[in-house]
Amino acid sequence: MRGFQDRLSEFESRGVRVVALSVDAPEINRRHRQKLGFTYTFLSDPKAEVIRRYDLLHAHAGPKGSDIARPAEFLIDPTGTIRWVNLTENIAVRARPEEVLKVFDEMERAAAR
Amino acid sequence: MKRNWNWSLWIGFLFVLAGFFSYTFFAQFPATRDFPWVNFLLLGLGGILLLAGLVRTFGKPQLYRGKIFGSILALLSLLVFGSFSYLIFYELRQVPASTGAPRVGEKAPEFALPDQDGKQVALADLISPRGAVLIFYRGHW
Repeated sequence: MRGFQDRLSEFESRGVRVVALSVDAPEINRRHRQKLGFTYTFLSDPKAEVIRRYDLLHAHAGPKGSDIARPAEFLIDPTGTIRWVNLTENIAVRARPEEVLKVFDEMERAAAR
Repeated sequence: MKRNWNWSLWIGFLFVLAGFFSYTFFAQFPATRDFPWVNFLLLGLGGILLLAGLVRTFGKPQLYRGKIFGSILALLSLLVFGSFSYLIFYELRQVPASTGAPRVGEKAPEFALPDQDGKQVALADLISPRGAVLIFYRGHW
């Protein structure tokens, strides 16, 4: 997530929003955003309703056995269609921003042809 | 006769500790997080030094110290290596399969959720003008 912040201007210059989503409450997100210097949007899904709808629930994996999201990244186009998805099998291995930028640029080139 | 201090046992153990406790530092960078090779390198170097120290101690006990504390350090190091391997090769890979997650070409399920300021934001607002990257993360930071 730090990587996406570091390259945020490259997403912004393409008109692509970067959005993070977890079970954390808005005030926790606000505090962490400030503390860690993140400027993109953080959404809050405390009851994991959206996380469940996307089948990304990691049951009992949070503190005190609470339900949390498993890591996943999606690239969604302006029509709401998913163009790229990364469902990691290892918590430590996350999507890299350069990978997503490359997919987006290829998508744009294909659309221009 | 005074026996020599067996430095490679202690230095080896220090390497093992460094390999374990530096994980949070190296996990900040994708190149050393995707596979924590720096940590395993430090653990491996520590293991080699410990082994060399033990060979020295048990081979020439009249010259080198460390039969007892060397064995204790080696045992502790094995425990550290075991726990670290368990974390990396098992614990971190316990991720649900998510076979029902939306796939490429499908519509992303619509939603509206509060942002960091409590303002409701819908997916439709996020994907204009050119799309959005949606990052689900574990939270509880």
